[in-house]
Amino acid sequence: MFQQSSYSEQLTFFQKLKSFDFVLIFSVLLLGLISNISMFSTDGGELLYHTKSHLIRFVVFFVMMLFLSFLNLRFWHSTAYLFYVIVLGFLVWASLYGITASGSQRWVNLYFINLQPSELMKVAIIVCFARYFHREQITNVSSFKNIILSLAILVMPIVLVVSQPDLGTSILIAASGLIVLWLAGLNIRYFVYSALVLLVSFPFVISFLKPYQKLRILSFFNPDRDPLGAGYQIIQSKIAVGSGGFAGKGFLQGTQSYLEFLPEKHTDFIFTLFSEEHGFIGSVFLLILYAILIYRIIKIGSISRSYFGRLFCFGFGSAIFIYVAVNMSMVLGLLPIVGSPLPIMSYGGSSMLATMIGLSIVMSTKIYHKQIIN
Amino acid sequence: MFSGDDSNVRKFNTINRRVFILSLAKGIVFTGILARLFTLQISENKKYLTLSDKNRLREWRLPPVRGEFKDYFDKTIAGNIEVYQLHVIPEQVENFKYLMIRLKNILPLSNNEFAKIIKKKNQQKPWETLIISENLTWDQFSKVNFYLHELSGAKPVLSVARSYPFKENYTHVLGYVAQASENDLLNNENIKNKHVPGLRVGKTGLEKSFENDLIGTNGVQRYEVNAFGKRIKQVNFQKGNKGKEIKLTLDTEVQKLCNDLLANKAGSISVMDIYSGEIIAMHSSPSFDPNLFLYGISYKDWDDIRDNPDKPLINKTISGLYSPGSTIKPIVALSALENNVISPNFKVRCTGKMEMYGQTYHCWKKKGHGVVDLRGAIIQSCDTYFYEMSRRLGVDRLKVTASRFGLGNKVFDNLYKEEKGGLFPSTSWKKANLGQGWVLGETLITGIGQGYVQTTPLQLCLMTAQLANGGFKIYPTLVSNKNQESLEKIKYKMAQNLITEEKYDSSIIRTAEEFFNPGEKDYKKLFRNQENVKFVLEAMFASTNQWNGTSYKSRIEDPKYQFAGKTGTAQVKKITEEQRELDLETSQIPYDDRDHAWFVAFGPYKNPRYSISVFVEHGGSGSKAAAPLAKQVIKKVIDRHEEREKIRRRNLVNI
Repeated sequence: MFQQSSYSEQLTFFQKLKSFDFVLIFSVLLLGLISNISMFSTDGGELLYHTKSHLIRFVVFFVMMLFLSFLNLRFWHSTAYLFYVIVLGFLVWASLYGITASGSQRWVNLYFINLQPSELMKVAIIVCFARYFHREQITNVSSFKNIILSLAILVMPIVLVVSQPDLGTSILIAASGLIVLWLAGLNIRYFVYSALVLLVSFPFVISFLKPYQKLRILSFFNPDRDPLGAGYQIIQSKIAVGSGGFAGKGFLQGTQSYLEFLPEKHTDFIFTLFSEEHGFIGSVFLLILYAILIYRIIKIGSISRSYFGRLFCFGFGSAIFIYVAVNMSMVLGLLPIVGSPLPIMSYGGSSMLATMIGLSIVMSTKIYHKQIIN
Repeated sequence: MFSGDDSNVRKFNTINRRVFILSLAKGIVFTGILARLFTLQISENKKYLTLSDKNRLREWRLPPVRGEFKDYFDKTIAGNIEVYQLHVIPEQVENFKYLMIRLKNILPLSNNEFAKIIKKKNQQKPWETLIISENLTWDQFSKVNFYLHELSGAKPVLSVARSYPFKENYTHVLGYVAQASENDLLNNENIKNKHVPGLRVGKTGLEKSFENDLIGTNGVQRYEVNAFGKRIKQVNFQKGNKGKEIKLTLDTEVQKLCNDLLANKAGSISVMDIYSGEIIAMHSSPSFDPNLFLYGISYKDWDDIRDNPDKPLINKTISGLYSPGSTIKPIVALSALENNVISPNFKVRCTGKMEMYGQTYHCWKKKGHGVVDLRGAIIQSCDTYFYEMSRRLGVDRLKVTASRFGLGNKVFDNLYKEEKGGLFPSTSWKKANLGQGWVLGETLITGIGQGYVQTTPLQLCLMTAQLANGGFKIYPTLVSNKNQESLEKIKYKMAQNLITEEKYDSSIIRTAEEFFNPGEKDYKKLFRNQENVKFVLEAMFASTNQWNGTSYKSRIEDPKYQFAGKTGTAQVKKITEEQRELDLETSQIPYDDRDHAWFVAFGPYKNPRYSISVFVEHGGSGSKAAAPLAKQVIKKVIDRHEEREKIRRRNLVNI
């Protein structure tokens, strides 16, 4: 035990490099390439603002991820609460002095970057829970104190994000948080209870929703209700995907996108654009790429000897899965429209930063998978 | 740590088990997404592809180019000219208000026009073309082009518009075009389908009757547009077809002469081929320039036309109903002869008036004509003779003959919406429509073309034509058909009808025949004994060419032009005894009370070919006001005969 831990701390640079997960790096690179190609297409085939800044962000954060990978997993373990608290602080800052755009106060101005702390919270909450349950006895997990504390950890950021308002991100934070709680061994019946409570409280939740959010839910159930209003995005997105067909309309040939029928094609609807231009083949390829990415993350988790690394990888992999599934289901008309970016693909620095930080922790778990953290 | 080993294993077991369950769930969800992709992109691909095209492609229809009208000699009488227009597509203009104010100053536009354009802009879609001006002068056009760099969004374009090169000459025949109204769209499916802003459609005349032939088809520009309707690029262009060209039987030279002769007069002249029924000229005066209507007529011009007491808007030739006066005397005489009421030798003493049924009926000649026979009565237009003759004939028998020759019936079937049938009265007509019994005195005045009888000038032209060709039915036409029957064939058919007895006046059989052979023209004979027709024609000849004839002064002695005619002077008001005593000159009577002047004729007499009717509203006596005009027209028509025949032969060869 002591030996093992000292052994792992003596890893040389090349040993560390050798134990990098190259499949993971390769699939991230491939996703980055695809995302930049798609971004290039959203700019109408020119190297304009979105493409340039997405490319820069991807390169910078990817390199950052490689560097952070060399950090010992212990570092993440020991700073987990700090990380959470800092991000929570940013959230408070955002709610007080944040930058408002399109009716939502989500960003804090860090001078070199406008940071969206809610995106970072997606990772921070998992790190935090991984640390929290790392030392916890399995018999103790479902204790009253643990439930209350973990719920507090989860609810605080959610309340802050909902109040921005940003329903999409808060749902995603809640979902990934809950998955980690479940993975950590929280008794299944609490989930059943809370699901029942949720169901009962649904009408009340509805009454608290903003009118535009209600509209979105209504138009999800019947997009033709108001084809030029709230249902517009769903209809146009489905048309774009459907008209892509088997092989797609071709690179830079997505009429729905370059004729501006597609809403928010840089961010939430980037998959629609990709799917329109590259068809069923391209979409399946992208889906498989994400599946590989998620598989690798879970795989790394399963070889980790530290519970912290394992829980984080399982949680983060599942979170990535949720982001992808929610985003795709949304643009394919299977879920109501809520703001949820597609990891790596969508335009947005904070989302990219959060994903890369998460991946670097995963990578660090891989490198230090033999290490046990006390 | 050590004591926790067992617990640790359980902890790892739990998480491993749960992540396995979760992975299964992930697999299911991804499969679901995959299935959804398959449905959208493979199964329903066609549907979404259509929707996507519907999104991105938008069609702009161009106004169709209207078919032209030609006269018999292939002269364009209603054509298309290139016009300079100024278009603006509002959505492509950055600052619409600024542009409009600049244009207002440059063109310049009046406040009224300016307001109209703004109103139109607010009514249409932002990507639809807004027509600022439909007809820029060259000056305005060059000025706009000069300032074009400051007028971003304004588009000077070359377009096509209707033009009537002969202005007022053909107004009533052709009608005119103007912007399609809501009614036009409602009543004509074809217009509705082809409508684009600014489309001109026929409002009256042949322009309206042949709308569906003339209108042509739209050109279509298919553009790719973005979500905001802005045109990105033209995808394809489909050229429209020009409307059908319609060739008329009219002769511009004759038409122009008619217009000149009727200048400053109200009236009508029509000329007809007595065999083919081709109308060579048909003019109604006063006329107006139909080009005025193309771009929206000004209030002043419109008021001038509308308020003119001589009613330029009415095509008098086919819609003006007037008492025919003495011009129907040949028909009255024919009817009397056909019914064996009198013989040509029957004589009447004319003393200038005639007492009958307690009323006095005057002859136009106060002193009277003395003893006259039928020929003399036609030559001198003796009213007294015709009173006596109609009294013996009776109005019902007269109506049969008159109707057969076309009086009181429409000349064209449905060519003109505005055509009127007129009226030839009968005892049953009066009973049915006025609820009163026929008064015998009314027969007398009907016999001289007064009273209830109402005809159009073209009806009298047709009547004269059907007399002049020997008494056979003809089919008046304005449109020159390539597959027209040759003159020889028409004459042959007439000769055939002359010897077949049963074709006469069997109106029921006629209907049956027409039912089975709708296109067949049979040129039926309209008489019982052709000698009677010949007698009337000779009397008409004498009326023009004998020293005591009413139109003797307008005769032409050259046999090439020699014609036969009958004058008519129709009273518009009952003349009182005092007025009769005064015997005023036409110029001394108030205009509205003056007689209508009529003259019908056919020529050349030896081998008749053309008939003519001249009508001068309130022109006074037929011999003074109408016959001299007819003389000039007949001369012109006969001068043009050879050239016309050339075209006819060419048409026949071309079949």
